[in-house]
Amino acid sequence: MNKIAGVDVGGTFTDLVLIDEDSGALDLAKVLTTPDNQAFGVLAALEAAGAALGELAAIVHGTTTTTNAMLERRIARVGLITTRGFRDVLELGRRTRPRPYGLLGSFAPLVERELRIEVDERMDAEGRVVRPLDEAAVARAADRLAALGAESVVIHFLHSYVNPAHELRAAEIVRGRWPSGYVTAGHAIISEYREYERGVTAAVNAAVRPVLQRYLDRLRGELAARGFRRELLVMQGNGGTVAASIAAETAVNTVMSGPASGVIAAAYTAAQAGFPNVVSYDMGGTSTDVALIQNGLPQVSSELELEYAMPIHVPMVDVHTIGAGGGSVAHLNEAGLLQVGPQSAGAAPGPICYGRGGARVTITDANLLLGRLDPRRLLAVDRPVALDAVREAVDRELGRPLGLAPEQAAAAVLRVANDNMAGAIRMVSLARGHDPRDFALFAFGGAGPLHAVALARELGIPRVLIPARPGLTNALGCVAADVRHDFVRTINRPLPAVSADVVRGIFAAQIAEGRAMIERERARVEGIECIHRADMQFQGQSHILTVRLPGAGVGPAELHRLFEEAYWQRFGVELNEIRPVLVGLHTAVIGKRPAVPLTALAAGTPGAALADAEIDRRAVWFDGERVATPVYRRERLPRGVAFAGPAIVEQLDATAVIEPGNRVEMDVLGNLVVTL
Amino acid sequence: MDPQDLPGVRAGVIDPITLVVIQNGLQQVCNEMDLAFARAAFSPVISEALDRSDGIYHRDTGELVAQGELGLPVFVGTMQFSTQAVIERVRAQGTPLEEGDLFVVNDPYLGGTHLMDVRFVKPFFHQGRLFAWLANTGHWPDIGGVVPGGFSANATEVEQEGLRLPPVKLYKRGVLDQEILAIILSNIRIADQRIGDIKAQAAALAIGEKRLAALIDRYGADTVEQAIGELKARAARQMRATIAAIPDGTYEGEAFVDSDGVVDAPLRIAMRIDKRGETLTFDMSGSSPPCRGPMNSVIATTKSSIYLAVKHVFPDVPINAGTFEPLRIVEPRGTFLYAEYPRPVSGCAAEVSQRIAESVFAALVKAIPDRLFAAPAGTSGNLSVGGYDPERGRSYVMYVISGGGYGGSLHGDGLSNGCSTIGISKTTPIEVMEQYYPVLFEEYSLAEGSGGAGELRGGLGVNYKIRLRRGEARASMVMDHGRFGPQGAVGGAAGGVNRVRIVRGGVPYVPPHLSKDQGIAIGAGDLIEVTTPGGGGFGDPYRRAPERVARDVARGYYTREEAAARFGVVLDAEGRIDAAATAARRAVAHASARTTEKA
Repeated sequence: MNKIAGVDVGGTFTDLVLIDEDSGALDLAKVLTTPDNQAFGVLAALEAAGAALGELAAIVHGTTTTTNAMLERRIARVGLITTRGFRDVLELGRRTRPRPYGLLGSFAPLVERELRIEVDERMDAEGRVVRPLDEAAVARAADRLAALGAESVVIHFLHSYVNPAHELRAAEIVRGRWPSGYVTAGHAIISEYREYERGVTAAVNAAVRPVLQRYLDRLRGELAARGFRRELLVMQGNGGTVAASIAAETAVNTVMSGPASGVIAAAYTAAQAGFPNVVSYDMGGTSTDVALIQNGLPQVSSELELEYAMPIHVPMVDVHTIGAGGGSVAHLNEAGLLQVGPQSAGAAPGPICYGRGGARVTITDANLLLGRLDPRRLLAVDRPVALDAVREAVDRELGRPLGLAPEQAAAAVLRVANDNMAGAIRMVSLARGHDPRDFALFAFGGAGPLHAVALARELGIPRVLIPARPGLTNALGCVAADVRHDFVRTINRPLPAVSADVVRGIFAAQIAEGRAMIERERARVEGIECIHRADMQFQGQSHILTVRLPGAGVGPAELHRLFEEAYWQRFGVELNEIRPVLVGLHTAVIGKRPAVPLTALAAGTPGAALADAEIDRRAVWFDGERVATPVYRRERLPRGVAFAGPAIVEQLDATAVIEPGNRVEMDVLGNLVVTL
Repeated sequence: MDPQDLPGVRAGVIDPITLVVIQNGLQQVCNEMDLAFARAAFSPVISEALDRSDGIYHRDTGELVAQGELGLPVFVGTMQFSTQAVIERVRAQGTPLEEGDLFVVNDPYLGGTHLMDVRFVKPFFHQGRLFAWLANTGHWPDIGGVVPGGFSANATEVEQEGLRLPPVKLYKRGVLDQEILAIILSNIRIADQRIGDIKAQAAALAIGEKRLAALIDRYGADTVEQAIGELKARAARQMRATIAAIPDGTYEGEAFVDSDGVVDAPLRIAMRIDKRGETLTFDMSGSSPPCRGPMNSVIATTKSSIYLAVKHVFPDVPINAGTFEPLRIVEPRGTFLYAEYPRPVSGCAAEVSQRIAESVFAALVKAIPDRLFAAPAGTSGNLSVGGYDPERGRSYVMYVISGGGYGGSLHGDGLSNGCSTIGISKTTPIEVMEQYYPVLFEEYSLAEGSGGAGELRGGLGVNYKIRLRRGEARASMVMDHGRFGPQGAVGGAAGGVNRVRIVRGGVPYVPPHLSKDQGIAIGAGDLIEVTTPGGGGFGDPYRRAPERVARDVARGYYTREEAAARFGVVLDAEGRIDAAATAARRAVAHASARTTEKA
């Protein structure tokens, strides 16, 4: 028995994919998320799919426990032990303000000032001891923090990235007096310079670690009680998984894991379908996530911010999020210009068509009015509202002020929304030196397939991929994800001064550490693969450019060449006058998990001919007029079918719009490949 | 012809949706220029402090069409003045314009700021026809002159401040002019890295060209041009509607620059704002006369300081030339806010601009207190230390810019360590500074007690201490608010003042002008100590909830003694509120306040 379950907890639904790795057989489930304790939803989903827990080989879990804890600040009480003179670093930040214009707004540090204690110790930038560690003071600080009710401790010393000796010794002392073991040393999370970013990342880790530990302990207990004996793996923001037994130690890695599983599934599915270069496009109810995938690998960044002044500098799948979703509200601004989002009607009151009292026009309402969504089949609707009421609202709110008929106004809402989303895709592609026309668009999430073709047209993207189960993509990402650990080491020396041996030595150490972690997790992997990257810059610059390396045995000359190439691609600038600096080296150690068969996703009750799948015919608004459009049931589409737009393809949790002039083909995995 | 006069626009031919899409498109072109410039730049002032800006300007008028949202706020509207100066010069001299040409200019008197802000201005052609101008500004870390970094505290004429460039073609048909480059590089410090900044600055405009061309190809030159005109008209309408909501009246505010760096006397900005209908008129004619030292402001900077202040009060209004239409500025000739050649101006963009903004805030808080705030720290806190590191055998110039407290407002207490009013920059991490320079930071902390008392208190400033580890160096600084703290509003108290102290051979030295000094010699082991201003308080401090005062004391923001003296809140040794003593103390204060009012 080789079944593995992927369970992803989203804002509204908890999704599950259960795959038999031998037979390829598949079970699916979608249940409501239980926000207070996500474990109930997870258990309900497993039950709904009829999973026999005793027979499962693995459960891979995507959870937003730590994300929500951060956003709602339901976090552990954290104490800080830091270098004398610097206890306010975490409150001072790096001197900005929440918005470029307007001098209002506030910032609350993760660690309150009363809980920040200084001790004598100091390293300089070369890692030389300027002032020895006052070990007795560390012990006193730990006791004082315990007395003040701190549950978790972070130790953050200046320049620990170059010499962690003081942090290591202090952590040892604190651990000896800290029964819960919630002790985080800054350099252990990221060994990178920049005291604010490293300190905040460590403080976030300390703040969510007990939260995640408690959640996972409870979940593991519940699963064990139901007979589960094998490994529980947890999704991380880097797109890889980690064993639940050690996940909490680096809990910060899960804080931005939400969008990662979707991107992993997009990369995995698209690569299997023969599209290694795709833009993943996940549009849900309140926001849209886009990410760039090149050669089957999502782009990774270590420079993301969770919110204002909350940098989390661990490597994460580089997802760009904007406030555009089905619930985004359309309105006219003071200049009389149509704006869509970022305000959202959310689930309550929701779009007008949900009948929960929503009175403001949303993207979903616009789709409904234009015949792109079936008014009889809206999910999550209490009291469906007559189409006429939606038309009247669109007319009142937007149409009349703009001098447009209701349908025209609704079409305008979609055009503006698509333009915003196209902007997000340009930011992850063009603005980083990639042409979106060289990519395919992989559309998922509840609303992705509705907008994908129009969006691709806007960007000149020639092909759109709509996976077999757009609404279960994140859960699929959980089962497709590999085990992954990332390591970063700051070098910050001119490239000519770095020897190939130093590079090799650092990579070897990172690989060894990663392998040891994977062994400790006892996860079932088929092999280990490493990805190496170098952060480089020209001497005197402060921003870095990250370059993927062909292997661990790369010398300075090749680093130089790779950097110059990447610099030219990004900025169109050649600079042989100035010498490059090697800022840091990364290694991702990836434990390859068994391949997941995708063919079963396409399973349904295919008809013999296209006509068998046609369930309706609607007048859908395309380019200024209503066009009679066939509506197909996705599960009934014959295998390998090909047809031309216009068409609407409906399935349980998503609706795809195919425009006139498009060609659609279903591939062997059940993906719809739309050619514009 | 100005596109807004095109008949199609008046008739409303351009549909409102295309208009939004083009607006977003223009904005995105500018944002992308901002991003590329910062990421490719070498000057940390550009890459980390984001002291740069990119925009698109009107073909004939040079007026602002769109400006990057990620640019430094002080450049709101400024580059239109330098673009206009380039256009005038091109017309006057009959200079031919060709694709690939790029002008460089930093002349403060030709629509500039200070010499360190170097502008690149590039004609943008579409299908062989001049369509618009692209321009950007970058703050170069040095431009020659008497002080490394250019922030002379006591220059008395612009020649001492550095190299002044009139509009000249640095690139001709896409080719860098090596002769002009050689002149520039021979006149500035750390010249070897400037080629990197020059290429980054030009590359940002090249990226803008590419994206703007794609936008025009997509929608057509006529449509984009119509949209530009229509967007201007709409921004003006939006600004007018916003202004209309302010009660009619005349509102006065003032602000003081500590000194000009040469003559030790404060400079006064007298701001009078007349609000009538849909127009705001800004009159500064009662301000101090031109000064000897470098605290004069050129008119372009004076104007954009007002634009910036208005944008801070009404952040949702978009920025293009139309936004500025309902803002009338009476040119303050004869004051230090209308500097003419050869008055020194190096302090105008960094410091005087913030005092102008402060005077606008101080006036407008009287009209619309619910939208305003007490004065923010309002200084860039420029400190430069230039010296020689014997261990590494090289010269260096280190810059420190720092934040301070923001003013309290009805929306809450002020932010601590907010960045300067004109900036949006991140400070350089201490770990990075210590890697590059022979210094050790001994402290980087909240300046306790610096938040101005108020019902909503000001945010806290910052303390930092830097010890020189080896070699010799000279320290210079251009800061402000050393004499008077940032003003409170609606009964709130002023924030703490800026303080500088240098301990040389164990002997403390305080600059005579408090916040400005130049070339202070220091040696190994000497210490530079700076405290930046706290924000002003908003509302009567005796009305601040005692629980909030107790919390502030628990956090060490104020001492118990300060809680009693400044907020009238009496706490016991454990920090618990003594309600009776507090009530008694506050009652006495109110009674005496009433007596004072009667008197």
